[in-house]
Amino acid sequence: MARTIIPFGPQHPVLPEPIHLDLVVEDEKVIEARPSIGFVHRGLEKLVEKKDFSAFVYVAERICGICSFIHGQTYCQGIEAIMDIPVPPRAQYLRTVWGELSRVHSHLLWLGLMADGMGFESLFMHSWRVRERVLNIIEATTGGRVIFGSCKIGGVRRDIVGDAIKDTMAALDIIERETREITQVFIGDNSVKKRLRGVGVLSRQEALDLGCVGPVLRASGVSQDMRQQGYAAYPQLDMQVITRTEGDSYARCAVRCDELFQSLGLIRQALVEMPAGEIEVKVTGFPNGEVIMRTEQPRGEVVYCIKANGTKNLQRFRVRTPTFANLPAMLKLLQGCDLADVPVLVLTIDPCISCTER
Amino acid sequence: MKPNQTLEIIPLAALLERVGAERKRGARLVQICATALPGQFELTYSFDIADGLTSLRVHVPDSDPRVPSITPIYACAFLYENEMHDLFKIKVEGINVDFQGKLYNTTVKYAFGDTKPPAAKPPPAAATTPKAAAPVAAAAPVTAATPVTAAAPVTAAMPPN
Repeated sequence: MARTIIPFGPQHPVLPEPIHLDLVVEDEKVIEARPSIGFVHRGLEKLVEKKDFSAFVYVAERICGICSFIHGQTYCQGIEAIMDIPVPPRAQYLRTVWGELSRVHSHLLWLGLMADGMGFESLFMHSWRVRERVLNIIEATTGGRVIFGSCKIGGVRRDIVGDAIKDTMAALDIIERETREITQVFIGDNSVKKRLRGVGVLSRQEALDLGCVGPVLRASGVSQDMRQQGYAAYPQLDMQVITRTEGDSYARCAVRCDELFQSLGLIRQALVEMPAGEIEVKVTGFPNGEVIMRTEQPRGEVVYCIKANGTKNLQRFRVRTPTFANLPAMLKLLQGCDLADVPVLVLTIDPCISCTER
Repeated sequence: MKPNQTLEIIPLAALLERVGAERKRGARLVQICATALPGQFELTYSFDIADGLTSLRVHVPDSDPRVPSITPIYACAFLYENEMHDLFKIKVEGINVDFQGKLYNTTVKYAFGDTKPPAAKPPPAAATTPKAAAPVAAAAPVTAATPVTAAAPVTAAMPPN
C-alpha cells in the first residue's frame, strides 16, 4: 500500500486556531503525524524586556483568550513569590472564584467544540448557550467577558459584594441544572459513547512518559492537579481530584464533565466562606530573584519561569503551556488511528494554540 | 505562596547522568527553559515528583552552543529541544524527532538568541545638545529608512496599571 501525506490544518473545520499536521496515511490508517506550529507565534516572552514588570500582567492575560485570568493570576503569583508579597485572604478567594469560572466556561467551550467535531450540532449549541451564562457572571463581576483585567500584583482590582454574590449564586443554580442536562448526553448518549469509547487510549504509564498534564493525565488514572499545591484559596476549600482509569477519549470527556460540577462547587464554597477585608496590598520596589510558578489551568498545569534582576524589566519570562505539554500525547494518539478519528483525537487534548504560540 | 522547589547548577558534562537519575527516581519532565545571557545560554531542566520541583541548570557558551539531547531519557523532550533550536539557535545533538528548524515558522530567525549585553543608554539629548537645536531635530522629516518601532515606544499602547 502506497503512503500518502494528507495535510490537516492550519485551516480546518475542527480547528479554531492554526496548527498544521502532515498525516502520513496508508489506506485509511494514519501511520505518522508531523506537526508544524508557529503560524501565529507572537514572541510575548520577548516583550518582557520592554514592558514594566507590573504592566506585564496585561500581556500575560493576553496569552490566551480562554484561560486569560489564570495566566494573569499565575504571573502575579510568581512576582508575589519573588517579592514576598502577602496577598490578602479575600483577594485569594476572589482569584479562586474567577479562576474556576474560567475553568467552567473553558470546559463548556470544549464540550461544544467536541460535539461539533462529532457532528452533534444541537449539543454544541446548548453547550455554548450555557457558557454564555458563565460569561454573563464574569461580565457582571469584572466588567469583562474573556479578558477581565481583574488580577494585579498584590491582589485584585475588583470585589464581589452584596447583591452580586446573591445574583451569582442564583445564576450558578441555573448553570448547574442546565450543565447536568448537557453532560448527561455526553456521558450517557449511545452515539457519543460509540464515537469516543476505546478511541485514543493512553495508558497511565504512557501518559506519564509523554509528559501529559491536566484532564488528559487524569483520564489515564494519574491523580495530579496543581490546585493541590495550595495556591489561592484552594487549601481552605474541599476539593478532590477527579480521575478516570480508561484513558480513552470518553474518559477525557467524562473528566471534564465532572470537573464542571467540581468547579461550580468550589465557586459556591468560595463565595460563602470568603472572609471580609482588603483586596490588595500596595507593592513597592522591583523584583529580584527567580521562581517557577505552576497553576492548574482548564487544560492542565501551566509553568511560568520568571527571572528578575532588580530592575523594572524582567530578565526572562517563559511560559510552558498545557497544550505544549500535551502535544507529544496527541502525536502518539494519532499513530495508527483511523483517518476519521483524527478530528476527535485532536480535540480530545483540548488544544489551545494561542497559548502555545505565546 | 512560596512554591516548593530547588535549583542546582551542574556542569554540562554531567547533564545526561543527572537527568537519567531523575528518570530513575520516577520524576516527570516539567519544562526546559532557555535564557540568553551575555556571552552564554542558561538552560534549566525542571522535574517533578509529588508536586515538589527540582531544577538542574547548565550554562553553554554562545560561541558554539551545543547540548546533548535528553530525548533518549525523556522522549517527550523533543518539542522543548526543537524550540531551543528554533528560537535560540542552540544545537541539540541526538534529538529523536528533529524538525530541522521547521517547528516554528517565525518571521525572525532565532528571535530569542541574542546574547549581546544590552547597549548602554545614550546620555539624554538635553545634556549634550544646545536647546536651540532641539526644534530642528524634532521637525526633521521621517524618512522611509527610519524604523517605525524606534519612533513609537511599545509601552505607549499599554494602559496604565
